[in-house]
Amino acid sequence: MSNVHPYVGRAEPRVDGALKVTGRAKYAAEFRADDMVYAAAVPATIAKGRIVALDLSRALSAPGVLDILTHENRPEIPESDEPYLNDMVAVPGSPFRPLKDDRIVYGGQAIALVIADTHENARHAASLVAAEYEAETPVVDVAAARGEAYDTFEPRDGIPPPPPPRGDAEAAFEGSAIRLRHDYRVAPEHHNPMEMMATTVVWEGEGRLTIHTKTQGVINPKNYICAVFGLDPDKVIVNSPFVGGAFGMALRPHYDLMLATMAALKLERSVRLVLTRAQMYTMGWRPDTLQTVALSASADGALTSISHHAVQATSRYEDYQEPTVNWSGLLYDCPNVSLKYELAKIDTATPSDMRAPGATLGVYALEAAMDELSYELGIDPLELRLKNYAERDGNDDKPFSSKELKAAYAQGAERFGWSKRSPEPRSMRDGKELVGLGMATGCWEAMMQPHSASATLSADGRLEVACGTADIGTGTYTILSQIAADEFGLDIGDVTARVGDTTLPMAPVEGGSWGAASAGNAVRAACKALKEDLLKHARGLDGSPLSNAAIDHVAFANGRIALGSDESQSVSFADAVRASGQAAVSAKADFAPDEDFSKKFAAYTHSAVFAEVKVDEELGVIRVTRVVSAIAAGKILNLATARSQILGGVVMGIGMALHEETLWDKRLGRVVNANLGEYHVPAHADIQNIDVIFVEEDDKANPLGVKGLGEIGIVGAAAAIANAVFHATGRRVRDLPITIEKLL
Amino acid sequence: MINFGYTRAATIGEAIQAVAGDPQARFIAGGTNLVDLMKYGVERPGRLVDITRLPLKHMEDTPGGGLKIGALVPNSDLAYDARVERDYPLLSSAILAGASAQLRNAATTGGNLLQRTRCYYFYDAAAPCNKREPGSGCSAIGGVTRVHAILGASSSCIATHPSDMCVALAALGATVHVEGPDGARTVAFEDFHRLPGDAPEKDNTLAHGEMVTAIELPAPRFGSNHSYLKLRDRLSYAFALVSVAAAVELDGDRIAEARVALGGVAHKPWRVPEAEALLKGETPSPDAFGKAADRLLEGAVGQGENDFKIELARRAVIRALSQAAAGTPQVQSNKIVN
Amino acid sequence: MSPAQSGSAPEPVSVTLSVNGQTHTLSLEPSVTLLDLLRERLHLTGSKKGCDQGQCGACTVLVDGRRVNSCLQLAVMKDGAEITTIEGLGTPDRLHPMQAAFIAHDAFQCGYCTPGQICSAVGMLGEGHAHGPEEIRELMSGNLCRCGAYTNIVDAIEDARRGREAPTLGTPSLEAAE
Repeated sequence: MSNVHPYVGRAEPRVDGALKVTGRAKYAAEFRADDMVYAAAVPATIAKGRIVALDLSRALSAPGVLDILTHENRPEIPESDEPYLNDMVAVPGSPFRPLKDDRIVYGGQAIALVIADTHENARHAASLVAAEYEAETPVVDVAAARGEAYDTFEPRDGIPPPPPPRGDAEAAFEGSAIRLRHDYRVAPEHHNPMEMMATTVVWEGEGRLTIHTKTQGVINPKNYICAVFGLDPDKVIVNSPFVGGAFGMALRPHYDLMLATMAALKLERSVRLVLTRAQMYTMGWRPDTLQTVALSASADGALTSISHHAVQATSRYEDYQEPTVNWSGLLYDCPNVSLKYELAKIDTATPSDMRAPGATLGVYALEAAMDELSYELGIDPLELRLKNYAERDGNDDKPFSSKELKAAYAQGAERFGWSKRSPEPRSMRDGKELVGLGMATGCWEAMMQPHSASATLSADGRLEVACGTADIGTGTYTILSQIAADEFGLDIGDVTARVGDTTLPMAPVEGGSWGAASAGNAVRAACKALKEDLLKHARGLDGSPLSNAAIDHVAFANGRIALGSDESQSVSFADAVRASGQAAVSAKADFAPDEDFSKKFAAYTHSAVFAEVKVDEELGVIRVTRVVSAIAAGKILNLATARSQILGGVVMGIGMALHEETLWDKRLGRVVNANLGEYHVPAHADIQNIDVIFVEEDDKANPLGVKGLGEIGIVGAAAAIANAVFHATGRRVRDLPITIEKLL
Repeated sequence: MINFGYTRAATIGEAIQAVAGDPQARFIAGGTNLVDLMKYGVERPGRLVDITRLPLKHMEDTPGGGLKIGALVPNSDLAYDARVERDYPLLSSAILAGASAQLRNAATTGGNLLQRTRCYYFYDAAAPCNKREPGSGCSAIGGVTRVHAILGASSSCIATHPSDMCVALAALGATVHVEGPDGARTVAFEDFHRLPGDAPEKDNTLAHGEMVTAIELPAPRFGSNHSYLKLRDRLSYAFALVSVAAAVELDGDRIAEARVALGGVAHKPWRVPEAEALLKGETPSPDAFGKAADRLLEGAVGQGENDFKIELARRAVIRALSQAAAGTPQVQSNKIVN
Repeated sequence: MSPAQSGSAPEPVSVTLSVNGQTHTLSLEPSVTLLDLLRERLHLTGSKKGCDQGQCGACTVLVDGRRVNSCLQLAVMKDGAEITTIEGLGTPDRLHPMQAAFIAHDAFQCGYCTPGQICSAVGMLGEGHAHGPEEIRELMSGNLCRCGAYTNIVDAIEDARRGREAPTLGTPSLEAAE
């Protein structure tokens, strides 16, 4: 790529692209060590109860078997919850730990770990482990547990509970001529990243471990493992340079990490454990959620009340929470708002954050209800949203740091051709198919986290920037390289970005769409610090032309530091580095969100999603023929990777609207479609035209003006599609996915 | 998945002998279903007998003007064969509606007939299942039944047959060539697969050690008056909720002969000659097709979650027959149902 | 007595196959799949394990030029076969045109399904039945992408199919990426 600045803001190709398209990018299960052995986890065949007896005799005598770990023979692990709470994404409760005792708390829970010389022998022996159980009746249906729903849980760190009511929503509802109250449900989902959970523990000798594990932040598995096994943090490195998708699934440490490490420590050997696709359904999931939304409005379309109530599934052992209903208090301007959020316990693994946790579910219900209200009122759905546009965050009574949602509505509607929509349901056709156009709003909080980063310039002119964050496919390597290249005026080919290793400057897990803003600003700050250092060295050179120059008076470009006022007065990067007396000059910087700013302003990303569906009503076949997603998310660092993130969110939204559902057998308490053949994620044939617009939005929450993009693409997408299905068919389906039978 | 022994067979006789003499042995060809089932622990063979080197990869014209297809012809080769595209486009279309291009490249003609059900509980080796473990009970009944049978089921089993290709073969009236320890025989396609009854462990009428060697198609007919219509939970790469293979022969504006088979609804491709007979002499119309559909679906009963399949099948039959009569068959890459 | 019933190891089978032009003669247990052979024994980890059941396409390789799911192929049955994996298509310095098109269209995010998508696309073009986006979508449906890069993948394949120069990323407009 040519050396054209700025890189930031362009559609720059991924710097790791060549590694990925040639199969050279290495994921957690692809590191190896001499003498490595293979582990296989044995799943419980009941969902609740206890193990009465284990028979390992056949498995132990199978070829190649080295050891079998169970709750009866495993090495000592801490009894108290404390060490396990070193998981920075832990939720209130008692964290799950595999092989803890004889209790089975969810279907498919690991009851044994077989370790053998080869993958095949481990798999074979795992099939020979026999268990006898005392089974209890599981409850895996949140509707069945709804009667015991509660809101007395300890709030989860970082998840604000619903704000107190404002106004009197019930009275306003009763007093309004136009009102509706409906129940909505989105089917439980699993993340299903293409890469399965995997851990390769490399036994380096003398108690040193290098752990390659699928994670959204290397520091988290490191802290967890060191606390649980009492390891010296100086002897443990977690390295995970590439992550095959995660979508929230790899925020928390899962049982592959703990079991593989346990085996490696016991055997003093390198161990690999790759879970099966079926085992990917024995951990975090998007919780089954029952929602009720009530809206009322005056005849001119002004909202008079919003009530939003959600009951969300959690496990017996933890109170997982996500921000599900709060969106209804800030998306629209409404004087009377009542929000309620409850949990109900069932016998499954604890749910986990999955792409836009809470918002995906809550905004779906709100935006479906808003669509229903528009028909009740006889007002265009887009006009209804504009009529109730919120200029302030009603939950916190704060202005927005920036909010170009109106521009997103306008540009999205224009690109989509919203004006060509005829308002009546069932009024548009194309041949045998009914045509439906629907829209919805999306919203996600723009968050940041403290991050550290380093920048190192070598005498050969190459720059390395590093941060312990993760690139789960979002493009982190690329945007960090762009930012750094711009700071130094370097060709991006002369910049190397490093992430995903605990030897790099500290970053928390990568999630919540905070990665770009946090790691990006940290790298920017490290580059600025490095520039100061270099200038200092350059100034110190004998007869330096920059001897009196301040940082504001020089430019870094073309491999030189030059006076802004006279470019001929310059020092090469190489000379500046040499002046330091070192082979390279390195600087480190910390970035932390500006707390004063966030006290004053509410920071959110917004989207306007427009969808066209074509429906063969007789056969219930739905095709999503067009989607336009207009995004207001501050500064866009890379138009290509940003667009890809939104495309991905929309595709997952299409899955939520039409395809995805984890099915539990209510008697057995097990997922029956724990595979990619029967848990349907969208395939190529399901996806046609998706158009992404980024509207200009100037935000001051951080120096780069970045808000984050990982979640916003999915929020509102399913609602837009469901609303389009209503417009096409006149049928309002309030439980997703909209499968064939719901339209017959 | 368990470890197992392996024998590479050089001749048909050798292969049959190797399997017939070992109750734990199985033939393997494309492996696309068997290896998957072995990973789930559903199939636990002690020995696999590799038949991929056997001379069963050819297609030849038969004296009666039909086509004999070797059991090892890959699904994709069959679908894209020029003769098949020209003379048996319904078969080609049905194959291309199934699985993925990669699976079709590996899967064989014979193996397609021997696919096992996608019933969730058959795959869950920890759940009782009469098909997997005779006498253990049927977990599907009373469970998650959305994908299950509406026709020909029993109190022992409500599983469906997952093949698309077989639905077309049923409609076309194919014959299955079988060879076993007691010699060769032929089986009419409708007699090859069976209904579950009280022995759902038997998907078909093959004895242990018997091998499908070829599929024979009768002389081509129906021209462009056919259609394979598949309805499923996403627009590709999913098993059928309901599929229909339809073909009609027109005499002027009247139907001289009709064939309709359903997939995704029963333990075998579902065909009722009496339903087809109702269409003889009729002018193509939704009404006439509806009557045939009603006869075809006579006795259909749902399990609750899959009740919708009865109405869906009825509508799909009418649509597929309409496509067939109009000579506008469903194109599998085009997701608009014409 | 078969190995399933006994505690004994299954008898290894001698197999000779070619991978990316290099001949390997190996002694393998029958239960080793082609995918596990590539990843765990030949250390060619470009072919990915996404489901191990033929339901995702991440493991797609070319066997004698045909795209198949390597997770469902028993390696011992591939005696004499010529296998091409993503590593054999091109290298970072000498990209296959399909690999270059994937980069140019940002046709991936996490990269895990990508080798399978690319091998599948190359196999598909060899088959000669994909004549436009609609057919590409259908014939690529055996390759799932959870990051949802489908539209970019189809654009990349369509460019490679037409043999035309893919538009280069880097120009400061959104349209250029489309």
